[in-house]
Amino acid sequence: MLISSARVDPDPSQTEGLTTTSPGKGDVVRDRLFRGATLCSSAAVFTLVLAIIVSLAVGASLALQKFGLGFVGSTQWNPVTETFGAAAPIYGTLVTALIAMLLGIPLSFGVALFITEVAPVWLKRPIGTAVELLAAVPSIIYGMWGLFVFAPWFADHLQPWMQAYLGPLPYVGALFQGPPMGIGMLSAGLILAVMVIPFITAVMRDVFATVPTELRESAYGLGATTWEVVRHVIVPYTRVGALGGIMLGLGRALGETMAVTFVIGNAQRISTSLFMPGNTISSALANEFNEAVGDTYTSSLLALGLILFTITFIVLAGARLLLGRIGGRV
Amino acid sequence: MKIFSSSGNYARKLAIGLSLIGLLQGGGALAATKEISGAGATFPYPVYAKWAQAYAGHTGVKLNYQSIGSGGGIKQIEANTVDFGASDAPLKPEELKKHQLMQFPTVMGGVVPVVNVPGIKAGELKLTPELLADIYLGKITQWNDPAITALNPGITLPAKAITVVHRSDGSGTTWIYTNYLSKVSPTWRQKVGNNKSVAWPVGIGGKGNEGVASYVGRIKGAIGYVEYAYALQNKMAHAKLKNAAGEFVDPNSESFQAAAANADWAHAPGFYMVLTDQPGAKSWPITGATFILLHTKQKKPAVGKQVLAFFDWAYKNGGDMASKLDYVPMPANVVKLVEQTWHSQIKGPDGKPLSRPM
Repeated sequence: MLISSARVDPDPSQTEGLTTTSPGKGDVVRDRLFRGATLCSSAAVFTLVLAIIVSLAVGASLALQKFGLGFVGSTQWNPVTETFGAAAPIYGTLVTALIAMLLGIPLSFGVALFITEVAPVWLKRPIGTAVELLAAVPSIIYGMWGLFVFAPWFADHLQPWMQAYLGPLPYVGALFQGPPMGIGMLSAGLILAVMVIPFITAVMRDVFATVPTELRESAYGLGATTWEVVRHVIVPYTRVGALGGIMLGLGRALGETMAVTFVIGNAQRISTSLFMPGNTISSALANEFNEAVGDTYTSSLLALGLILFTITFIVLAGARLLLGRIGGRV
Repeated sequence: MKIFSSSGNYARKLAIGLSLIGLLQGGGALAATKEISGAGATFPYPVYAKWAQAYAGHTGVKLNYQSIGSGGGIKQIEANTVDFGASDAPLKPEELKKHQLMQFPTVMGGVVPVVNVPGIKAGELKLTPELLADIYLGKITQWNDPAITALNPGITLPAKAITVVHRSDGSGTTWIYTNYLSKVSPTWRQKVGNNKSVAWPVGIGGKGNEGVASYVGRIKGAIGYVEYAYALQNKMAHAKLKNAAGEFVDPNSESFQAAAANADWAHAPGFYMVLTDQPGAKSWPITGATFILLHTKQKKPAVGKQVLAFFDWAYKNGGDMASKLDYVPMPANVVKLVEQTWHSQIKGPDGKPLSRPM
């Protein structure tokens, strides 16, 4: 690029152009090329997203025509009679993601605060590295660990305890009924929580570290406790970034496939109890796409994909809106 | 065989050359094609891979088999992107006609109900088809249900809830299993039906044989179904089943062979034969074969010949390899029938059969 533009413009003023404010001819060409290149790349990304939506919509159109809006509300998933509805996997996707976020956000917040505010210097690095390593573990490993290590332990120890102490409670108790199998919606949510913690923690730690030392020290100077510094200085200063981290985690929780498939029990039904098996959109796709025969079946699976895409899109758009609002207030 | 002598002269010359370095004769000089491709069922993948390896050693012809699932295999052969497709569930004769395909069985396997009931060892528990269907329909929910205890007087069954385990992924195993349940239970046929994945009335789903096996192994009081080879290799506790002749049988290669031998292949158009609930006192009731799909009009006859040569070789020499992997080879009478059908159905672009009459 440099050589060719130099050939186009042998004008000696080019070298001056670098130091003075007026750009030379070669700089203009370079600038245009650069602009063109970035425009092309962003256009390519945009086209790709559009192409994915279009192909999903085309693939899903048969199912959506056949079942209409009822597709979203129906719990029927019967490959034999070719009647399909997405309610069970949608419910499973949302509930497991919710469990993951309920547990993951406070834990990540605590870990990130500990690393940036509380931990002695010699401990910061090992803990930070451990968290990053957790993020690098492939999801299939989480799935296998969940099935072979976590689920048995969960079934033998935690589930009977939960049943004994949470089961009799009004309203909430209904969530903890059924045989303790170690497999089900709750297990999937817990595994997801473990998977999103490193993502959220890493982002939170980084944004917490951006709080200017002056701000922090002045607050301490005024006699604030660590908690008060966190509550009134760090959190207000970093909430946009922290929310971004949470959204990243939520995105992973919604779309995670293999780890969930291993532990959720893969049953196409909605149960009140979190101990019972369920299904998520991505695990239904992973399970059934290979052997799906027939146009309606395949199309219904693609429609599930389209719904997942839509859910993710709504979540991201919601996050953007929220960020915009908070940003405006700060 | 005619297909082996397509270039006799050349073959002889080459054979002399090759024999000097101790390599094989004839086979290495088949046609120009050195690679055939197939795609489909995952269940027979281990045995196809084993055959392909041995066959390549003998002839230099490589088989590229992608185990993408039966559904994928059917789509790929219909789209003509592979030389053969493979499916665990047979296609109906009218579907074969529509896409101008022929199918034939290669190996058999069985589906075995496995249980995890404290105190019950392999083969101790007896089940009837009706009981099995009722358990999977959610009608019988306790192991000490009178219907089960009455059938098993010698053993004590605990008052434990039955946890039904099924496959979560679409699978030929499920196809065979639900085919059997549909045959033996009218309620199952009406309510659930027969497919590679169904709307299970109860239970939890494990991904793959290993998923079902680990759930059954984990959950006390569980019952599931896995491929025979899988149950055998993992030493799982199977249940005895009552077959169509009223006998309680164990799953093993003899009882699968018995089911295949008693089946009436000659009167099954397009080899549409499901080996579930077959007659015979020794027949295991949930037996199934896995199938290969070929175009009846081969656009590239040289490739078609290679494919037929491979399966002919596999029928003749692959039995032991299949048995070692706990598959059951097809009985000789069925193989003969298959090879006759090749001759009468698989034709080149000129309308001439690709294989020699048997």
